[in-house]
Amino acid sequence: MNTHQVPPPHSLLAELTHRCPLQCPYCYNPLELTKKSGELATDDWKRVLSEAAEIGVIHAHFSGGEPTSRSDITDLVAHARSAGLYTNLITSGVLMNEGRLDALLDAGLDHLQLSIQDCDSESADRFGGYKGGHDKKMALAHEVRARGAALTLNAVIHRQNAENVERIIELAVELDAGRLEVAHTQYYGWGLKNRAALIPTRDQLDRSTELVAQARERLKGQLVIDYVVPDYYARFPKPCMNGWGRVGICISPSGKALPCHAAETITNMQFDNVRDMSLIDIWQNSKAFQAYRGLDWMEEPCRSCDRREIDWGGCRCQAFAITGRAEATDPACEKSPMHDNLSEIAEAESAQAPPPFEYRKIGTY
Amino acid sequence: MSDTPKIEEHSVPALVRGVRMHFDKTREEWVLLAPERMLKLDGIAVEILKRVDGTKDLGAIADDLCTTFEADRSQVLNDCGAFLQQLVDRRMVAI
Repeated sequence: MNTHQVPPPHSLLAELTHRCPLQCPYCYNPLELTKKSGELATDDWKRVLSEAAEIGVIHAHFSGGEPTSRSDITDLVAHARSAGLYTNLITSGVLMNEGRLDALLDAGLDHLQLSIQDCDSESADRFGGYKGGHDKKMALAHEVRARGAALTLNAVIHRQNAENVERIIELAVELDAGRLEVAHTQYYGWGLKNRAALIPTRDQLDRSTELVAQARERLKGQLVIDYVVPDYYARFPKPCMNGWGRVGICISPSGKALPCHAAETITNMQFDNVRDMSLIDIWQNSKAFQAYRGLDWMEEPCRSCDRREIDWGGCRCQAFAITGRAEATDPACEKSPMHDNLSEIAEAESAQAPPPFEYRKIGTY
Repeated sequence: MSDTPKIEEHSVPALVRGVRMHFDKTREEWVLLAPERMLKLDGIAVEILKRVDGTKDLGAIADDLCTTFEADRSQVLNDCGAFLQQLVDRRMVAI
């Protein structure tokens, strides 16, 4: 591909830190987590945000880890907003208080996305590995809405909370969130490690899909619901990142520029760092971004598939996780020779009693 | 049965908080930004949304557009209403 024709990215995912008070066993972060001493400095992030706005990024998502673990979060949001970016904070909420919330909103925060682990505190706190977390989240949601600010709830779904999808939707309505993400766990990083404890049965998946479809119709104009399925049961792969190196760029806490937030799970891939290169140079020329950009890298059956510009070959991380080769057809696709393996794994693991969680923790790997 | 609010001539539309217009200098186009969403706006959509200020009702917005563009009022009212209804359904505009 001619690098001068690469259209600029629309979104930047700024993973400010891997530090997080929660220990969710389905976290997509890599097993090997960055410590505080390895994190980018405030000025590095400001430069990245300015460059992002300059090259055409529209949405800046602040995430992690828990982004409010960093004391400069308000400063970074203000900087992003003044550079013209739409600012989204993806947070567990447990480190927030009214003062911090007001400071973030005053800094121009456009939208706050709050994670919940379930609909009631006992199980939610067990999944998050953080006692009292759920109640703090509920309090924060009320404070956000009391100020009239935009709120999304994000609930990660797995076999141990899939029965509660209806109540999670009700909770989003009660809290007056404008948007809800009902996102089945994706199996990378810690999620892959804990897959046997998390993967839903096919019946659970079908039921949640139906509930979401009904709720979308019933709550039109009141609650926008985005739904992510676990693609182990899918016929076609998800259009991961809407195409590798096509619309989004992710920066890890240590400054690595990733084409996908899970890309570090492709362990044989090298990533350039924003400490060494400008964002535009990385976007256009980094080998990691060029590796699976567009269509030229595709093998059969992707290369001649009429869905190649719909799903962009699916997910490279999943291809690597299951087949050991990132350029292979995503096994979530029914055209992949390994497609049956995926549903067999899901059916076998979801039929067994769930093993104990291995909670996410810095320094384990 | 859905109880989606329906926009009428006397409804006063406003962008909900977290939704704003933005001129994308890189691509030289207007967009409407919302949580995890971005809509490209054509010239007509921009003209409508510039008049959505939380004080004018749909009728007044249509009147203003008719005066500016010398268009048929019932047609403008219809088109404007249909466009804003889509945004109401997506919770980007409140009435």
